[in-house]
Amino acid sequence: MAETHIVLISEDLAEKIRRHGAETYPYECCGALLGRDAISDGDVARPREVSGLFPIVNRREDSPHNRFSVAPLDVVNADKAAQAEGWDVIGWYHSHPDHPAKPSEYDREHAWPWYSYVIVSVQEGVPGKMTSWRLREDRSEYSEESIEIRSATTVKSKI
Amino acid sequence: MAVKVLIPTPLRPHAGGKAAAEFPAKTVGEALSHLTVEFTDLKKHLFTDQGKLRSFVNVYLNGEDIRYLAQENTATKDGDTINIIPSIAGGRGTASDARRFT
Repeated sequence: MAETHIVLISEDLAEKIRRHGAETYPYECCGALLGRDAISDGDVARPREVSGLFPIVNRREDSPHNRFSVAPLDVVNADKAAQAEGWDVIGWYHSHPDHPAKPSEYDREHAWPWYSYVIVSVQEGVPGKMTSWRLREDRSEYSEESIEIRSATTVKSKI
Repeated sequence: MAVKVLIPTPLRPHAGGKAAAEFPAKTVGEALSHLTVEFTDLKKHLFTDQGKLRSFVNVYLNGEDIRYLAQENTATKDGDTINIIPSIAGGRGTASDARRFT
């Protein structure tokens, strides 16, 4: 059975993702998740953790209510922002306006393995359920990973 | 002629954890070919079964998209940098997509 992944995020950053989704409603929001990947090395073991966000302008002007697209330059800038803090881009978030927080077939076709893909559902402008997913290495389907939301606010945000 | 290829984070597990690799190459295609010979697992993520670059893979040479140059035939010179940039996209999709998950 495949290993279940966990991603940690502070309540503060989770709230910022929800708020971003509410602000751009009825269009989709998107952004990068910055942080550190899981470490499992002898006595040291910690899960993947989101430590900052890099909100991005949705470039899909033709169909922003059900699509998002990140420009290559924004991907590079997100990487630079992460590296400046000693982090990596560990995933991406986007909203599903008036739609469940589940990845679509379109999401799967455009996804990469390894990244965490966080989706927040925004129903009639009100953000709701938030989920996180990883594409399997063979690209066949997504596996849901657990989001552990922590109340600590010691993490930094780019917002 | 060494050309540097930057490997994006999601592909590093398939490249021995490396963030970059250098190869002697006269074109972008030649450099990418060396990359996928050294790290065979990368091939399925970068190329289709027909050997074409996947549409969701952006390749930049010294900051310029090779789609606007000579694509994989774009000439390279010593000290050039090839950046493989994942295309990030998605969205809630259509009503028919939604039915798959309900």
